[in-house]
Amino acid sequence: MSKRFEVIEHTADVGIAAYGSDLKKAFANAAYALFSLMVDLKHVGDNLDREVEVTAENHEDLLVAWLNELIYLFEVESILFKRFRIDELTETKLKARCYGEKVDPVRHKIRVGVKAATYHMLKVEKDNGFRVQVLFDI
Amino acid sequence: MPRWEGTLKKIDDYRWEIPQSYKAGMRVPGLIYADEAMLEHIREDQTPEQVANVACLPGIVARSLAMPDIHWGYGFPIGGVAATRIEDGVISPGGVGYDINCGVRLLRTNLMQEDVSPKIEELISELYRAIPSGVGSQGRLRLDQKEIEKVLLMGARWAVEKGYGEARDLEVTEANGSMPGGDPQCVSTKAKQRGGPQLGTLGAGNHFLEVQAVEEIYEPAIAAVMGIERVGQVLLLIHTGSRGFGHQVCTDHLVTMGAAVQRYGIHLPDRQLACAPVKSPEGKDYFAAMVCAANYAWTNRQCITHWARECFVKVFGQSQRELGLEMVYDVTHNIAKMEDYQVDGKRLSLCIHRKGATRAFPAGHPEVPAIYAEIGQPVLIPGDMGRYSYILVGTQRAMEETFGSTCHGAGRVQSRTAAKRSQRGVDVARRLAQRGIIVKAGSMASLAEEASEAYKDVAAVVEVTHNAGISRKVAKARPLGVVKG
Repeated sequence: MSKRFEVIEHTADVGIAAYGSDLKKAFANAAYALFSLMVDLKHVGDNLDREVEVTAENHEDLLVAWLNELIYLFEVESILFKRFRIDELTETKLKARCYGEKVDPVRHKIRVGVKAATYHMLKVEKDNGFRVQVLFDI
Repeated sequence: MPRWEGTLKKIDDYRWEIPQSYKAGMRVPGLIYADEAMLEHIREDQTPEQVANVACLPGIVARSLAMPDIHWGYGFPIGGVAATRIEDGVISPGGVGYDINCGVRLLRTNLMQEDVSPKIEELISELYRAIPSGVGSQGRLRLDQKEIEKVLLMGARWAVEKGYGEARDLEVTEANGSMPGGDPQCVSTKAKQRGGPQLGTLGAGNHFLEVQAVEEIYEPAIAAVMGIERVGQVLLLIHTGSRGFGHQVCTDHLVTMGAAVQRYGIHLPDRQLACAPVKSPEGKDYFAAMVCAANYAWTNRQCITHWARECFVKVFGQSQRELGLEMVYDVTHNIAKMEDYQVDGKRLSLCIHRKGATRAFPAGHPEVPAIYAEIGQPVLIPGDMGRYSYILVGTQRAMEETFGSTCHGAGRVQSRTAAKRSQRGVDVARRLAQRGIIVKAGSMASLAEEASEAYKDVAAVVEVTHNAGISRKVAKARPLGVVKG
């Protein structure tokens, strides 16, 4: 399988670049990257699911809104997500079903708390498939 | 990131100007407080460009300022101060930051290092147990919607009325821990949901609780007014903010500000400077929500203070009074405040953005608590974990030059991932233990990220603000034990 994402260096914070043969896959991989920063997803199950719907002005803002929605769900419901099925993705709307598990402090060692997706270095690029990039505030 | 090769005009050994002519759109010059050695570091990435970008904000006056602990942030640099006219200027959430009212609180005690050292492990364990920390930690408070709204309006006063602390604590908190102008209606349900369970928690990242001993006193008479009398005296430093609540407020309002930029035809060199006129509905809504987050953060520090006092009482078997567990001060370093200043001979009402910068009011200023009227406002500068922290006071020169502001801390020089690569959390803990510093952390990875090597030396930062005259060194403390999120 080709590379799903990579971590980007930044002095105060951490970013990710995620890849996909289509935009849906790239957005799903960005979400996967977000939770990979937080925890080793090997140890996370997928018995719980949540539907997520976000809207924004364009693809870039949609990426931020999508990831911020997942951060919100993590903080409020303590769910770690590992699998993302994006059902709809237009210029201004994303609809997805996300699968994961509630945090179990014994099995899940949370490495870092990601508190927001920012607009810095934000990119959605088409280049032999898609590459999306976002920086997190942690 | 490429090195910044722009123009810096030396004004004196501690002041470097980015001329207004450096780039089109700058409305005022930039000014960086730094010594020559620091400047090399600052030039290593695009931080000075961010100082120049902030100078493009509509309504900015005097200069776009950068404190010596400046580092690269989102849009605004961290360690930046920007004053915009309320009348026709803008307010920007990026100029405050995600962690609204992240700040520092200092308590003094009657204890000496020799009293505490034998019990330091017990004390740190007790603090670690009593004050929830780490990612996703939930507090001991359970508040319904109505109570949360009271917190957002009343701030630390809510906590004191509930029995968490004393009325005196509020007198020595910036804005008395209760900033006016908040409106819970301007806060999203999401923010309230995130914030509710997290009140009374330390969080993760660079937040900490530190038991310290005074190492050096530079100004004994001033320190004595703060209750800091001897080398070896034990202090407690609390560094935390508004948790997920503040982050959600910032996230929500960055979206509305993005639209406002278009509506008001504001041209910005970087979209993370998103802003709206202070007097516009978007600007007013953000400010009202930001005040709620600031009040949340003061309540958070107030509750933590109360539990920390209980830990000291338990471990040392003396009453709070006997232990002399009094607050020295509480300052915020991520906020926007409406303040009046004299600029070019004119009195102006301004919106002061302090992002990673601390208010530093001089003696006699009406907002300085009565007990500090003669010495000026205490300024608390935490260093990185395991090094040392400083206590300063504000000066008149800060009023004239920096809108009553100074630095806020050490400033990162190494990325979190680089810090983790170069050291492991267990090694960091062991090295600190060898120097007699006990650390309890929720996650070993977070410990490695906060290793001293990842930060500028706070001593150098403080030295610049002292020598530049925008604050004055009073005392220095070093850690005995640390609780990290």
